[in-house]
Amino acid sequence: MAYSEKLLDHYENPRNVGSLDKKDATVGTGMVGAPACGDVMKLQIKVNEQGVIEDACFKTYGCGSAIASSSLLTEWVKGKTLDEASQIKNSDIAEELALPPVKVHCSVLAEDAIKAAIDDLKSKQQEKAG
Amino acid sequence: MDYSQSYYELFGLTEKFDINQNALAARYQEFQKALHPDKYANASERERRISLQQAAHINSAFQTLKDPLARARYLLELHSIGLSDENKTIRDPEFLEQQMELREELAEIRHADDPMGSLIAFMQRLDLAIKSSIEQLRQHFAEVTDESLAQCQTLVYQLQFLYRLQQETEALEEELL
Repeated sequence: MAYSEKLLDHYENPRNVGSLDKKDATVGTGMVGAPACGDVMKLQIKVNEQGVIEDACFKTYGCGSAIASSSLLTEWVKGKTLDEASQIKNSDIAEELALPPVKVHCSVLAEDAIKAAIDDLKSKQQEKAG
Repeated sequence: MDYSQSYYELFGLTEKFDINQNALAARYQEFQKALHPDKYANASERERRISLQQAAHINSAFQTLKDPLARARYLLELHSIGLSDENKTIRDPEFLEQQMELREELAEIRHADDPMGSLIAFMQRLDLAIKSSIEQLRQHFAEVTDESLAQCQTLVYQLQFLYRLQQETEALEEELL
């Protein structure tokens, strides 16, 4: 199977691998898994007071496409507001990395990971406000 | 052969998670004998083709019923609970955190002082986790309610992560040998 250069680049030199303190009130953690292939993905974002994502990182155990999808996503969300980040669609990721059809589910996992991270952050903020 | 029969009916077993493995194996042998290619040496092309199809059907039925995960998936399908969506994602943070830790641990075994020893210990723990999931499946399958079947679905998903991890431990074992 021929993979795109962008995909290989993200797979070979993944950006923003690591983790943030999940107890930090400004950090949102998204933990998702794909039962069909057993991939596990953790995506974390840190927002500033303006609600802009200033840092993002990930850790993924899975195939190259899952790693590339989450790596690309952390690059994309930096500098975005939560609303903007929640607009990112799996099809945008699949298109950018030219994922083959059998690997499209990896981009679905990445989209769900950022959504889960945003949900986690919002529930933390509500807890703080309430 | 009646292809509309369920795998359970085919093997004369009750549609339950707990099955009699001896009965399954015995019935499988009978099928294998009856469908053995030698028996069809002088048969027509068409009869040979039919017997091959039947043997393939029996094989997939046997493999499905023999393996606990495949059997659980099949039982859920019989109860119209689909599991085939490849885009399905789960969000159970506690379980996934645990999976992440296990994968980190496995990745570190490669650099351990005694990789094979560490791997064997890891495999034994994983084996126990798999056995415990299967035991929970058995308990939840004992009653067929929407609630217990939903539990079974969750357990099947979890078991798929454990099986995947097991494949990775086996791959590492090959590498270390």
